[in-house]
Amino acid sequence: MNLFTPISWNDAGFILTGVLNTVYISVIAILVGTILGLVLGFARAEGNKAVNMCLGGVLDILKSVPLIIQLILFSTFIGAMGYPLDPFVAGSIILSLYTMAFMVEVFRSGFDNVPHATKKAARSLGMSYWQTVRHISIPIGMRSVLPSWIGVGLSVIKDSALVSVIGYMELLRTAEQLISRSQQAVMILVGVGLFYFLISYPLSLYGKYIERKMTR
Amino acid sequence: MDSYNFHWNVVWDAFPQLLGGAFTTLHVSVLSMLVGIVAAVFLALGKMSNSKILSFLSSIWIELSRNTPALFLIYMAYFGLGAYGIHLSPYLSVFAALVFVNGGYLAETFRGGFQSIPPTQYNAARSLGMNSVQAYRHIILPQMFRRIYHPMTNQFIWSILMSSLGILVGMNDLSGETQRLQSSSFRTLEFFIVAAAMYYVIAKLVLFAAHLVSKRVFKGELS
Repeated sequence: MNLFTPISWNDAGFILTGVLNTVYISVIAILVGTILGLVLGFARAEGNKAVNMCLGGVLDILKSVPLIIQLILFSTFIGAMGYPLDPFVAGSIILSLYTMAFMVEVFRSGFDNVPHATKKAARSLGMSYWQTVRHISIPIGMRSVLPSWIGVGLSVIKDSALVSVIGYMELLRTAEQLISRSQQAVMILVGVGLFYFLISYPLSLYGKYIERKMTR
Repeated sequence: MDSYNFHWNVVWDAFPQLLGGAFTTLHVSVLSMLVGIVAAVFLALGKMSNSKILSFLSSIWIELSRNTPALFLIYMAYFGLGAYGIHLSPYLSVFAALVFVNGGYLAETFRGGFQSIPPTQYNAARSLGMNSVQAYRHIILPQMFRRIYHPMTNQFIWSILMSSLGILVGMNDLSGETQRLQSSSFRTLEFFIVAAAMYYVIAKLVLFAAHLVSKRVFKGELS
């Protein structure tokens, strides 16, 4: 009896689910990570020492513990506490927090790039603190962060492959299942690699292009 | 809410095995970093060379390693090569993937560091009577090393953290060891908390050591 069936066009739908799931969780993580990163990056740039110490400590843990361990730990933890979450929800939460940890530094350096004198000038023109933030700090500070923002976004797309470890059916996991059924590892893996490459490479070129344009 | 009873004794008893795993983690990251640096030097030279073929081949390696997930590369080494009859052990698969990625990332770091030194400095050194080797040895390379030191430290930390993917191919590194121990004792939470703490401590120790080295070598003139 033949245990393995070769892959066929019927598997296209299965792979497509994986592709969509990878895109889906990456977009969510980048969106949530960006919003939280913007807020906390602002807090780090403008906050006092105590705020910075606390935030820095927490972010440091998120950055110094492997993502895969964080994922396993979180999904086991909520399971043991009696609130088992869907792999997608658990994965989104951890991936978003992980993204946030890197986005904070991106935005913080953006805010730090705004010259102090410019902010003071805005205040002396009669703008309130929040008006200065809204009309001066954000427009000027955020202009310089786009290349590094793209860089973090790209690494999130790649790191989303790790969410497979808690059972989320993203691209690499669908590929793995197809491999164990069809034993055609090379063909499937090359296809998967090509997909990541085709998303990631143009974006990285675009990031480099913007960076060049800015430094000129 | 269910109350979960923590049993730390099991973890404490298995601590020597965890330390052994941590050693394997360090082992594979250090080795992959060293081999990666050698590969990166050649890749950077190849990319900057005038030969179109060399430059193209280096670009392929660099862009592939930068634009695909590390986990994909580990699978490629483990399952992909296996299909051609080359059966790498889990350790070798992770090692090969990390070398590939480190080589690609460091090549761009080296290239950037090299290109950030103005070529006029080389000319100035030559006009002071230094020969080419001396100019590189005393003028170009020390400045370049200063600029790439931080990115290299980060890449090393990245290697340590990413070697944890060994868990998925059954390697006996810190994460793989944790996985094996928790599956025989069912103390999943305790084991992974300790593993996370160990990764954190390892990363911090490496950063601290890198800081000490930079203080000694660069004497505070790190740019």
